[in-house]
Amino acid sequence: MSYLRGFYLLLAVALLLPIAFPGSYYVTVVGVTAALNAILAVSLNLLMGYAGQISLGHAGFFGVGAYASAILTTRYGWNPWPAIVAGMAATGVIAFTLARPILRLKGHYLAMATLGMGIIINIVLVQAGSFTGGPDGLGGIPTLSLFGWRVNSDLRWYIVIVSVLLVVVWISLNIINSRSGRALRALHGSEVAAEMMGIDTGATKTQVFVLAALIASLAGSLFAYQQAFVSPDSFSFFFSIELVTMVVLGGMASTYGAILGAVILTFLPELLVVFEDYEVMIFGAILMLMMIFLPQGLFVGLQGLVRRVLRAKQGSERGAA
Amino acid sequence: MALLRIDSISKSFGGVTAIADLSFDVPEGKVYAVIGPNGAGKTTLFNMLCGIYTPDEGSIRFRESEIVTLPPHQVAALGVSRTFQNLQMFFNMSVLDNVKVGAHLRSRTPLWSAALRLPQTRHEERQADNWAREALSFCGLEEYLRSEADALPYGVLKRVEIARALAAAPKLLLMDEPAAGLNDTETKEMRALIRRISESGITVLLVEHNMGLVMDVSDRILVIDYGSRLAEGTPKQIQNDPAVIQAYLGGEVQYAI
Repeated sequence: MSYLRGFYLLLAVALLLPIAFPGSYYVTVVGVTAALNAILAVSLNLLMGYAGQISLGHAGFFGVGAYASAILTTRYGWNPWPAIVAGMAATGVIAFTLARPILRLKGHYLAMATLGMGIIINIVLVQAGSFTGGPDGLGGIPTLSLFGWRVNSDLRWYIVIVSVLLVVVWISLNIINSRSGRALRALHGSEVAAEMMGIDTGATKTQVFVLAALIASLAGSLFAYQQAFVSPDSFSFFFSIELVTMVVLGGMASTYGAILGAVILTFLPELLVVFEDYEVMIFGAILMLMMIFLPQGLFVGLQGLVRRVLRAKQGSERGAA
Repeated sequence: MALLRIDSISKSFGGVTAIADLSFDVPEGKVYAVIGPNGAGKTTLFNMLCGIYTPDEGSIRFRESEIVTLPPHQVAALGVSRTFQNLQMFFNMSVLDNVKVGAHLRSRTPLWSAALRLPQTRHEERQADNWAREALSFCGLEEYLRSEADALPYGVLKRVEIARALAAAPKLLLMDEPAAGLNDTETKEMRALIRRISESGITVLLVEHNMGLVMDVSDRILVIDYGSRLAEGTPKQIQNDPAVIQAYLGGEVQYAI
């Protein structure tokens, strides 16, 4: 399948990085955070970039997954694996219930509704203290193990989370290049025309909303096991905004763009640490400049740039011949 | 036999009557045109036929089944497709993908099956590709296959919309002003295309302002004014109908002729 070419490249990079830079903090620590963010950005991109339905509450589903796993393993002694599944099931039910009423809204109203949803989930995490540990969070979460292979080092977490990222990217690419993916994009392009082509737009929105929520929940569970600790701060409104920024920065409606956006937004603060007090200012300035000069997003914008340069080169060669 | 039977439908918007007690039959296999002055209610009628609006009263039967209460995607599933007066392209997709969306109803692959790329998905993907290419070449658009929709001129996009509707293999095609905004050459091509569609066995319901085109391609014409029927008949009958002439040209009938 030709659309998977980029995927193989991604696979190769993911394999080579820890070999090329063994024990590097930037690969196995920041890199893992970037991969986790990329999972979230790719899932949000399905909803936002492709189907055109903005969500400012994606961190909420991330939180439900994380807390489901944290609570079930620490308070009820569950094995981590079924806890992941239970977390996804709970998230799926919540997303499914909210999808119909929320996704009937459009534009700013949808943004407001999802914003409210994310904030409410966050408030529940803070307030249901007897379950969630309240604002102090919940610690002592066990780690994953697979047939006796305990995921207890940075490198092992890199392997697990990057593998999940690769599967999520593969699924995302498959969907986009299918009947369902075209239905998503059609919905974005013209809802009335999509309906007239026989696409049940309500059901399609619900499906992609639930799918994005399920992936976010999975990422949340992995995050909980990797950190061994969860607190409501990680799932706040600000993180939802950061996820939206990743998608927009990388390029809407581009799976690789979402990954790139996640990687940049994860690494940039690390690299800007040298500027100390000015870190946030420079961060903001970079975002603004990128949006001014590459409004389609970094990945899509650069893609177009490369294409134009290649075409110009071909043109001049042809002219010379 | 009537493919589509409209029986005394009415629709008003906040006290303004757009369609009042309108009835007509669209015979199978014909080109049926609806004409009328601006604001006569043609677009409202179209939107009711395809499920976007629900009539306040009356019944719409397509192949003997009532469609008044169905949402557009279910009307489409019965075999009704349409094009739009103002383009409703998917500008975020290529021409081929636009037309593949048209074939949506002809395959079944659910989301999860597509996500895992099961063998059934690949098979249906090839089918959709073939159907889309067929529809594109039927409309004479092979050369634009790979183009992005937002890079094409208006006249071409009008035809892409038709190709998209045809990829659904509809029994009834609703065309809302297919020649609006086209130049003479493009209008001529559109006329030939509508004929070809009709010859391929698809019933066409047409709303159009270009009278030359309407008189030329239609088997029957319905004239509406202020939401009600003014006249109905063959192009010849309509051209000689005093009420129609009055509505279109105003004033006394004898001056108009």
